[in-house]
Amino acid sequence: AAPSGGVRFQVSAALREGRVSPTELCQRCLSLIKSTRFLNAYITVAEETALKQAEESEKRYRRGQPLGVLDGIPIAVKDNFNTAGIETTCASNMLKGYISPYNATVVQKLLDQGAVLLGKTNLDEFAMGSGSTDGAFGPVRNPWSYSKQYKEKSVPKSHSEDEESNWVISGGSSGGSAAAVSSFTCFAALGSDTGGSTRNPAAHCGIVGLKPTYGLISRHGLIPLVNSMDVPGILTRCVDDAAVVLGSLAGHDPKDSTTIQDNFKPFELPDLTDISKLSIGIPKEYHAPGLSSEILALWSKATDLFKNAGAKVIEVSLPHTRYSIVCYHVLCTAEVASNMARFDGLEYGHRSDMNKSTESMYAATRREGFNEVVRGRILSGNYFLLKQNYENYFVKAQKVRRLIADDFVKVFGSGVDILLTPTTLSDAVPYMEFIKEDNRTRSAQDDILTQAANMAGLPAINVPSGLSERGLPVGLQFIGQSFQEKQLLTVAKWFEKQVKFPMIQLEVKSHDHSAFQPQKSASFS
Amino acid sequence: LAPWVPVVGLEIHAQISSNSKLFSGSQVQFAAPPNSLVSFFDASLPGTLPVLNRRCVEAAVMTGLALNCSINKKSLFDRKHYFYADLPAGYQITQQRVPIAVNGSLSYSLCIDNKMSQMVTKTVRIKQIQLEQDSGKSLHDDTRSQTLVDLNRAGVGLMEVVMEPDMCCGEEAAAAVRELQLILQTLGSSQAVMAEGQLRVDANVSVHHLGESYGVRTEVKNINSIRFLAKAVDYEIQRQIEELEKGGTILNETRAFDSKLGCTVPMRDKEGKQDYRFMPEPNLPPLILYDAKSLPANLNHQQVVNIDWIHERLPDLPSVKRAKLVERYGILPEHSFTLLNEDGLTEFFENVVKQTQMKPKRVIGWILNDLLSYLKQHSLTVKESPVSSFLLADLLNLLEKKEISSTAAKQVLAELWKGEGKTPLEIVKEKKLELIQDQKELEQICQAVIDGQENEVIMMVLG
Repeated sequence: AAPSGGVRFQVSAALREGRVSPTELCQRCLSLIKSTRFLNAYITVAEETALKQAEESEKRYRRGQPLGVLDGIPIAVKDNFNTAGIETTCASNMLKGYISPYNATVVQKLLDQGAVLLGKTNLDEFAMGSGSTDGAFGPVRNPWSYSKQYKEKSVPKSHSEDEESNWVISGGSSGGSAAAVSSFTCFAALGSDTGGSTRNPAAHCGIVGLKPTYGLISRHGLIPLVNSMDVPGILTRCVDDAAVVLGSLAGHDPKDSTTIQDNFKPFELPDLTDISKLSIGIPKEYHAPGLSSEILALWSKATDLFKNAGAKVIEVSLPHTRYSIVCYHVLCTAEVASNMARFDGLEYGHRSDMNKSTESMYAATRREGFNEVVRGRILSGNYFLLKQNYENYFVKAQKVRRLIADDFVKVFGSGVDILLTPTTLSDAVPYMEFIKEDNRTRSAQDDILTQAANMAGLPAINVPSGLSERGLPVGLQFIGQSFQEKQLLTVAKWFEKQVKFPMIQLEVKSHDHSAFQPQKSASFS
Repeated sequence: LAPWVPVVGLEIHAQISSNSKLFSGSQVQFAAPPNSLVSFFDASLPGTLPVLNRRCVEAAVMTGLALNCSINKKSLFDRKHYFYADLPAGYQITQQRVPIAVNGSLSYSLCIDNKMSQMVTKTVRIKQIQLEQDSGKSLHDDTRSQTLVDLNRAGVGLMEVVMEPDMCCGEEAAAAVRELQLILQTLGSSQAVMAEGQLRVDANVSVHHLGESYGVRTEVKNINSIRFLAKAVDYEIQRQIEELEKGGTILNETRAFDSKLGCTVPMRDKEGKQDYRFMPEPNLPPLILYDAKSLPANLNHQQVVNIDWIHERLPDLPSVKRAKLVERYGILPEHSFTLLNEDGLTEFFENVVKQTQMKPKRVIGWILNDLLSYLKQHSLTVKESPVSSFLLADLLNLLEKKEISSTAAKQVLAELWKGEGKTPLEIVKEKKLELIQDQKELEQICQAVIDGQENEVIMMVLG
């Protein structure tokens, strides 16, 4: 039975009714993490603390006083969020062994709701990348590489080559979180999204990836990539779950001066039946060079779906889309150069043994601690920020950013409610193929469909929409208006129901061979 | 040959008097144990964000208003990047593009001669006031080849006050800074004690021939007192003139003032020009201030900073205080300067005036000539004076009632200064310093004196 749209097993309800206990749930997830270690989705598994949290949750359920829907629900957090007492590495040598003394606001909020933190997930180093392949702990493997659906369709070059060389990337940079959710080791995970880093891996791993409006969710404790574009991202197996997590995270945080002051009211998603009043925009520029014919066809099919159901579907134009890659490159690297300046080995993190002088210690520390991708971006960013270059690059890019954002304002102002676009140019590529191009090239290519939403601060969501010819997930993206998450998620939920995306048939040898049925516990809400 | 025209500008950093730092909640305190006042944000732990301290904004607005500045209703924060051990984030948050206040002025007074008998008023333009973070402190331990870093000061709020190069010598610079110090202390926006690093001054000095364009300027740092400021500026002016007169050139460099040698020396630290790669601070939205006109109806002054509200509550500035003293007590303007210049002296003076019938015009002489010189001789502050205002008033009353002479009064004061707890009257009685009013008694004394000096008297009578 398919999870989304079909009959959903509600884990929360099961916990409430006592059909399963938090500790059982936690243990199953931990066991599955062990069985799926080859995915390399987790950097740190916090087994002891997770079990303790599960026990506390169990006590609350026995008293009939659960904290909410999330109480006892196992979750994972991308390793660029600070977690007190648990290593936070950003997949970098610079922070290997770094134990933060505080929790990110979003982590604290989840814990306050009783969620069980299983561990920290893998990513591209400091969230720079679109494949989760460039981290200090190795690449993340897409769980779909080990699915029946993929194996059936793939043509092995030779018997020995099979799984080991054929596995596909999870997307990035929140690949670990996406893989963790996709492989059922947790029910929800936090990612981050700066240029598509939550939506991209969500698309490749066949799950829901939500990028909220900038300013809705606190970034306090999220180790920044680009402060003016970063948002915490939410990865779940269905849209309803994303709404629940959003509800527990959104709202003003006095510790983050970029969060809006308005009161946020958590919402439940209605089941849309009549979409005749809905106006869907199809931006023509998102028919980007390199877009696979499969995805184009899927996009078209989705458009027809909306039309046939009575919605108004119109082609729109976001003319400055084609400048977004270079614009993003300038602004991103500039902020990176600035944000990474604090990693000098003095107060925390890696410190080189070089001690001839402070400067030489700094230089050696940073060379040893950062990978090539990070160092490259720092150098670029510093170049753009030089006095002689600032006007021509940084300020110009800011102006272009304004133009890109205004494109959306105009389109939404003309009566369009939501935009529908592809999320990625193609399905997940095999790792061996992916690494043939460098990180910068890949990021530039892959971010084209997702970046603009970060430039404009708009909410956007990936909804898994179908399988490619190779048996891999393909997703479609909805982009909404600022702070209109309810409308965005409502439409996404309707769409999710229509497409009935198939459950992954993961072929994994479970540790305890118990009756763990992934199919029955896809979602928690 | 055209005369040399020295040009002096100042960059002054005043530590804001507040409970917590500019962007974080850690405490502000002088001389606390190293690294005991450091929040996660101050230590630049990854993922921490700045949160603006309202009190620091108010302090800057007050100071801007007191210096006749335009307060920018919208100002911005920027990052200024450089690597140094006392700058954990690798950048300082400052206001480079649009500071909180601009285009003000500061009036200060100078004595034309040494006797303080004629004062002249000068004005220096205030270019801007900006809010920024202070850095931590680093101590170089050369014997062990290590640098010790204390981050207690990192992140403390500073107001940088930029004074245009309208000054011409050390004396003017010193007077301007002194006046600024008094203003800050009156406002309470900064305690401005140079010895505790709450007020730091860098001087920009250049010279040129009258009629020609400005010369190359040097920046002089490491000035620890107002006295040294005057010395440093005058030395640097002289050095530049001498250098140019012998055909040399002035380098656009940073120099440190060596107080022991009384000269400026090049600072080895700042080699070459730094590119600070300024960038807007993305974690802080623009700082919006309101006034009575622009204040939205649904907000009260608790939620926002209202410039007019602050303006209405400004205390009397030193210049106003001095004018009031002159008017009220009939003292000279120079007197009012000295009164305000010594911490607590105005209060002392006014207390004495309250407690005595002697006219303030006479009292001031005793305060400025006698009391103050005693204090200076013994390096005491007014607070530490062994002679209280009560005692002095008591003494002056005796003088006013003509019970003692002025000479006798000085003797009594000398005794009082010993702080033995005797009252003026007791001392007068002890030393038999009473003025004799009785005619007969006086005649007797005179006669006794004349009797004892027969020869001298005969000489005098004979002419």
